Amino acid sequence: MANVTLRNVRKTYPGGFEAIKGVDVDVGDGQFCVLVGPSGCGKSTLLRMVAGLETVSGGEIDIGGRVVNQVEPADRDIAMVFQNYALYPHMSVYNNMAYGLRNRGMAEAEIKTRVEEAARVLELAPMLERKPRQLSGGQRQRVAMGRAIVRQPKVFLFDEPLSNLDAKLRIAMRVEIRKLQRRLNTTSIYVTHDQLEAMTLADILVVMNGGQVEQVGNPLAIYEKPATTFVASFIGAPPMNLMSTRPDEIKTQLGADGRAAEAGILGIRPEDFVITDQTPAGGVALALTVEAIERVGAETFVYGSRRQDEQPVAATPGELPPGEVIVRIPGAEAPAIGQKIRIAAVREKLHLFSGDGRKRIEA
Amino acid sequence: MQKQAIFQSRLLPFALVAPQLAIVLIFFYWPALQAAIQSFLLQDAFGLSTSFVWFDNYQELFNEPAYFEAIVRTFFFSFAIAVSSLSLALLLAVMADKPLRGGALYRTLLIWPYAVAPPVVGVLWIFMLHPSLGVISRYLRAAGIDWNPLLDGNQAATLVILAAAWKQVSYNFLFFLAGLQAIPKSVMEAAAIDGARPMRRFWTVTFPLLSPTIFFLLVINIVYAFFDTFGIIDTMTRGGPGKATETLVYKVYSDGLLGGNLGSSAAQSVILMVIVIVLTGIQFRFVERKVTY
Repeated sequence: MANVTLRNVRKTYPGGFEAIKGVDVDVGDGQFCVLVGPSGCGKSTLLRMVAGLETVSGGEIDIGGRVVNQVEPADRDIAMVFQNYALYPHMSVYNNMAYGLRNRGMAEAEIKTRVEEAARVLELAPMLERKPRQLSGGQRQRVAMGRAIVRQPKVFLFDEPLSNLDAKLRIAMRVEIRKLQRRLNTTSIYVTHDQLEAMTLADILVVMNGGQVEQVGNPLAIYEKPATTFVASFIGAPPMNLMSTRPDEIKTQLGADGRAAEAGILGIRPEDFVITDQTPAGGVALALTVEAIERVGAETFVYGSRRQDEQPVAATPGELPPGEVIVRIPGAEAPAIGQKIRIAAVREKLHLFSGDGRKRIEA
Repeated sequence: MQKQAIFQSRLLPFALVAPQLAIVLIFFYWPALQAAIQSFLLQDAFGLSTSFVWFDNYQELFNEPAYFEAIVRTFFFSFAIAVSSLSLALLLAVMADKPLRGGALYRTLLIWPYAVAPPVVGVLWIFMLHPSLGVISRYLRAAGIDWNPLLDGNQAATLVILAAAWKQVSYNFLFFLAGLQAIPKSVMEAAAIDGARPMRRFWTVTFPLLSPTIFFLLVINIVYAFFDTFGIIDTMTRGGPGKATETLVYKVYSDGLLGGNLGSSAAQSVILMVIVIVLTGIQFRFVERKVTY
């Protein structure tokens, strides 16, 4: 039981490369915090700093009211689940889980109780005597989880624990991890590049980019009010449509009054479009030529292109080519390819950003 | 999957392996056969007549206490050389495995001694530890140690073991370093988080994970100590003083070439050959099965 607080945490490598450029995050007791971002954004480095596997160049890391910058990993009372599981290949499943307890001088009887309890929860009981190489990927993952929970640490750290599993197992394990965390009520920090995993697991979501925090908050709040165009295009799949407000067509529809005039970039989520010939008051309507259709059963994605006078918006990961728009409509009914359609979104569903995409503008 | 190569002509494959076969036949099978034949023959003192004596040479060998002493000595030498060079190499490899400034240079320097020929190693150590020439000998005597490996058998044995182990350190180091680098970094990190201090981490994680490498090197080192130490012994002690550093291989040489007892020497080399075959067999079985922890 502990909260984890990061105060202006920095990491600079000997070569001068700044991996973490001052991060402030506060994870409350028992909360599930997810660090999400594209590869190279520093999220794993940050987690490893919390674990004590990387030195801290600046700022403070506080676990349960104690600054741990100079504390050895073993003495931070944390447990970590690695991406490749990092099981001890020469030890049985039982010994893998017991190792951390033995190192701390726990009595064998108590170790046995704890390991068997963890094995029961994780459905590993029949394979306690097996070696890691005799297990499937999902089973290894559960052993790694077991190794963390038997320790009953203050904080769980997860470094992309599901990315080596196949898609189906990933979803199942995602739910398992969430249930387990709720039940144990242990503060957790989880690193992933998968925005869906991030959205579904997090109490607090930390979106990172280029060694900095782009936005911190409740996942749904972030989804509804992304602070920057980076967050807007990273959170949500398919990504938010971002377009320049400069073309006359959009400019006139947004209106020159108030704060909308300051905006340089307009964002609309694919599901907020409706195919309609009407223009809602204060909303935005666009003409589109349908270029591709993706049917996934319950919903259909329509890929269309607008007129090519569009200025490209600052490129961010997951973004569409300039002038292209994705529309998400329920059901399997879709317009034909090549057809010209009109789409519209209401005023409340518009996201406005400054021209550099770094600032959200509330209209 | 088609693994066999297909040749147009039936003769071409034979032609291609012929040079290799010729080398093996001329330099291994032919002398081995000669030795085997020789081991059943007995020459008179002047080398004028030769008679076929069946297993007399072997029988005589096994009745000779000196031969048993040589066997014990060889096993002791092998064990001492293998253990000392393996442990030193492992220590160096563990230290070199850490991210160091100039680590590449450090590693290259450690690998270098392997390129030195055994007789040169012998000469090198003589320069350091010869009773009258040696640089280190002077300090040893200054420290009150009566250092004279030319007269003291135990000191001579120590010297040979030292030189032979030193030469093998590089080779072992190379394998240990590769073995250490094959251990995933995250496993060591997991052990650190699991509360294992560096020494405990080494004995409970690193060492067991290196055990296949250790076993492989143990066999290699024993074979090395059995046979390849000839050059070192010949330059340093010539098997002396007395017979203090006479190993099985050196005895083959001294009985046969120096003593002129070709029959006994041949019988000894046949026995040695059997030992190599057994050792190689063990190693092959091990490599094929890829025994892991």
